[in-house]
Amino acid sequence: MNEKRLNQKLREKFGGRVSARLENDCMVVSGHLERWQDIVEACNMCVQKDKRIHVVNDIVLDGVEMPTMRLPKIQDTSLEGCSPDVLIIGGGISGASIARELSKWKLDILLVDKEADLAVHASGRNDGEVHPGVDLGKGSLKQHYVLLGNKMYGEVCSQLEVPFRRCGQYVGFTDWLTLPAIFLYACHRKYICGVKDTKIVSRKKLREAEPELNPKFAFALYNSSAGCVCPYELTIAYGENAVHNGAKISLNTAVTDMQVENGKIVSVMTNRGRIYPKLVINAAGVFAEDVARMAQDRFYSIHPRRGTNSILDKGAGHLVQSISSIKTLRKPAGAAGHTKGGGLLHTVDGNILAGPDAVETWEKENFATSQESIDNVFAKQQHTAEGLRKQDIITYFTGVRAPVFEEDFILERGRKTKNLIHCAGIQSPGLTTAPAVALDLAELAVSMLSEQQAVEKNPEFDPVRKAIPRVRELPPEERAKLIRENPDYGIIVCRCEEISKGEILDALNAPFSVHTVDGIKKRLRPGMGRCQGGFCMPLVTKIISEHDKVPVSEVKKAGADAVISFGPTREQVK
Amino acid sequence: MERLDVVVIGGGPAGLAAAIAADKEGASVLIVEREARLGGILKQCIHDGFGLVRFGEKLSGPEYAERFIEECMGRNITCLTQAFVTDIQKKGKTFFITVVDCHGVHTYESTSLILATGCRERTAKQVFIHGTRPAGVFTAGTAQHFVNLMGEMVTKRCVILGSGDIGLIMARRLTLEGAKVLGVYEVKPEPSGLSRNIRQCLEDFDIPLHLSHTVTRVFGEERLTGVEVAAVDANGKIVPESRERIDCDALILSVGLIPENEVAKQLGIELDPATKGPVCDTNFMTSVPGVFSCGNALHVNDLVDYVSESGELAGASAARYCKGEAKTRRMVSIEKDEGFAYLVPQQLPSGEQDGKVTLYFRSRQSLEQAKLTIDVDGKTVFSRDYRQVKPPEMERLVLDTAKLELKENSKVIFHLKGGAD
Repeated sequence: MNEKRLNQKLREKFGGRVSARLENDCMVVSGHLERWQDIVEACNMCVQKDKRIHVVNDIVLDGVEMPTMRLPKIQDTSLEGCSPDVLIIGGGISGASIARELSKWKLDILLVDKEADLAVHASGRNDGEVHPGVDLGKGSLKQHYVLLGNKMYGEVCSQLEVPFRRCGQYVGFTDWLTLPAIFLYACHRKYICGVKDTKIVSRKKLREAEPELNPKFAFALYNSSAGCVCPYELTIAYGENAVHNGAKISLNTAVTDMQVENGKIVSVMTNRGRIYPKLVINAAGVFAEDVARMAQDRFYSIHPRRGTNSILDKGAGHLVQSISSIKTLRKPAGAAGHTKGGGLLHTVDGNILAGPDAVETWEKENFATSQESIDNVFAKQQHTAEGLRKQDIITYFTGVRAPVFEEDFILERGRKTKNLIHCAGIQSPGLTTAPAVALDLAELAVSMLSEQQAVEKNPEFDPVRKAIPRVRELPPEERAKLIRENPDYGIIVCRCEEISKGEILDALNAPFSVHTVDGIKKRLRPGMGRCQGGFCMPLVTKIISEHDKVPVSEVKKAGADAVISFGPTREQVK
Repeated sequence: MERLDVVVIGGGPAGLAAAIAADKEGASVLIVEREARLGGILKQCIHDGFGLVRFGEKLSGPEYAERFIEECMGRNITCLTQAFVTDIQKKGKTFFITVVDCHGVHTYESTSLILATGCRERTAKQVFIHGTRPAGVFTAGTAQHFVNLMGEMVTKRCVILGSGDIGLIMARRLTLEGAKVLGVYEVKPEPSGLSRNIRQCLEDFDIPLHLSHTVTRVFGEERLTGVEVAAVDANGKIVPESRERIDCDALILSVGLIPENEVAKQLGIELDPATKGPVCDTNFMTSVPGVFSCGNALHVNDLVDYVSESGELAGASAARYCKGEAKTRRMVSIEKDEGFAYLVPQQLPSGEQDGKVTLYFRSRQSLEQAKLTIDVDGKTVFSRDYRQVKPPEMERLVLDTAKLELKENSKVIFHLKGGAD
């Protein structure tokens, strides 16, 4: 759509309060609006057919003070003056997987993340589905990489010793009359888009595989290649393997500014000193646009989209064995206006995840949950499986997706700033695509660095990340043997998830470890069971305190201010 | 493989009493306790008031536990501590119990099994508290663990949600340790804890109790910085205009206890949705022959004295079961009306009776001048008057079953009704 016609439409809709102009291959939208959803709508109207042109949102949301990025408390000089070959900004699945792929080369790699652990934002707050790609049409980067990424999962997860289950995905339809249309859709996906495992299964087959799904399902679209993985476990495993192969990870490290000269990033300012990287990879998730701006290479905008998932007790794990959802061409009754209500997923750990929903928001770091989201997801998903009950919920969490308005990934070299790679706009299926994207972006990075220097393969690269033994899953003889070698493996600390003290000490002694209650929880799961840490949290806190030889008041839940205890009681002081 | 008559899972007050009772009956007994020391949750209950019914004196939790631990030791009952049951299989009439501890993995065989696994606390998410996920949200028992067992202060200024007994006890405890308890919020129009705890823990310390109020969300990114409280109307709905933010550093939750019955579920034992514990007969035997339940795993008690009592009955019954002395009688399921929140046991034996049985119940609502009646086959055979019954205070009823004259196909209905209204 040309600029003139577009502005005419914007005027019709928003009464001259917003306008768009094409500028350096960007559709820059500016003006003032009072509601965020209007801003999203205005920007969506400006999306161009030409895929190179991205919408840049400069519309001011009136009456709202935009929150600034939350910064870690730490101020030191631990990174001052370091000059890595590659600086990766962002320790989500994208940054961690790129770091690991780059560690196949003899390079000085530094990954920074502002949070106290990897996978704290979107990569730690999603349902862990490994998508088959059946919902994507041909032509997007998402679609290209979802097929490649999905295929890589088996091998990647076995190298990184992360549990992965190809559980399959059913999309159920209640209306027989939709069968011809869905059949054509399935054929299109299978033969044209290359999602080869797509098929339609009969009601009978569906009932056999998933007896607790909605009995009104007439048939289902099925993809056997769909799978599930624990997303933060995979991110951490990627990070650990990168570190094992020589990469450095600096947590609690926020990028606050950049010095750019002649189209090149000269230095990057952080709260831990100034870094002089040869190449910067922007994998900053919801903050990718902010990083791009600092690098003077902002040509896209992120519009954060929040989603909430509920986690159900393992006792409800019988509901589905796969990933299942309902699709109606009309909205199901009770799903008040919300078409996005996710699905039900049986996780690798045996819980059921219900969700997520999708709500546009300007708040990039507001992970607060609300009852409305849970109610909406349940209203929809009770049509997937009637036995879904809110009483089985043990916890819930909110994540914020980082899409651009074109709803595709941005994987390319900086446009104005030359020593920069963008890995931005990563949203679903970003977890699935990560292994494949990381391969290509690592290759791009190596070719860019090769313009200035010879880059050699890392002859010592070890693709295997050794996981902490999952003692509970071992056969009794092996478990007994391990306990004989280390009696701590026989001391159960977390009763719900059956985690031993030995495993916790392993996590504390790992080459890349995070000595916080949440750090241990993410690596091993104590506190993720039905008691939600009621019994084990004090014990884990104590183990960390004893291991690190610090007072309990120094042990944090997550970041520096996440204090658990304020110090000894009066009686203790006496 | 070691063979025992009775394996007791859980070394808290119920398990200890059960083990002692089974030992007295001549059974060989093993206690499996997952913590490093026996005593269960009593270890962290350093306030007094335990043992009034049983010993006629006020003991602290550890003192109360010690009396049973000493008796266990005196009787040379084998106790495995820091030992965790990972699997139980029943083959024929024998149970195979797999236990993991720092010595390895061992399987024990037994004729009977006593589940004395206690209960766990309901969490913030189970009562749908929303907002962020900061440090500073503790269940009352977790806070009690930090303060009483580790000597760590988890708050300086807190709000307590729920007026369950542990919450009330912690309100006093934290105040004594110098913290400011801003208030106790209870969603129901009546307190959930014992009246004596309301007096001794709140009123004596000028801690306000806000009935029909709840906490709706928490604030704070890293450590909790505040909570939102709101009034609740008669239908349990939040009154939006009553929402108010309170600045504090912790939210302590005392919003209910849930009997731990994961092992029971694994064995396919029938559970009562009202108690969330196993359905039992008057010997506290569950629907799986040879498996007994007692203490807070059976139903949540408010006094430890009754926990011990139920343990003793389960222990003695288990021992008699092993000796083959337990008469196999047809059990009659009790029906109860809406007046009851629950009634334990859920079954009574039919036929000739030789003794008295103890029942425990809670009313669904507070009732003045209440009347409990038992109808057998349409005929009222028993009745008792109560000045008052209320949900927080469990009632104990001793019944002479001989007078009920139950037949195998009898229909037994318990009624509980308020008199005045």
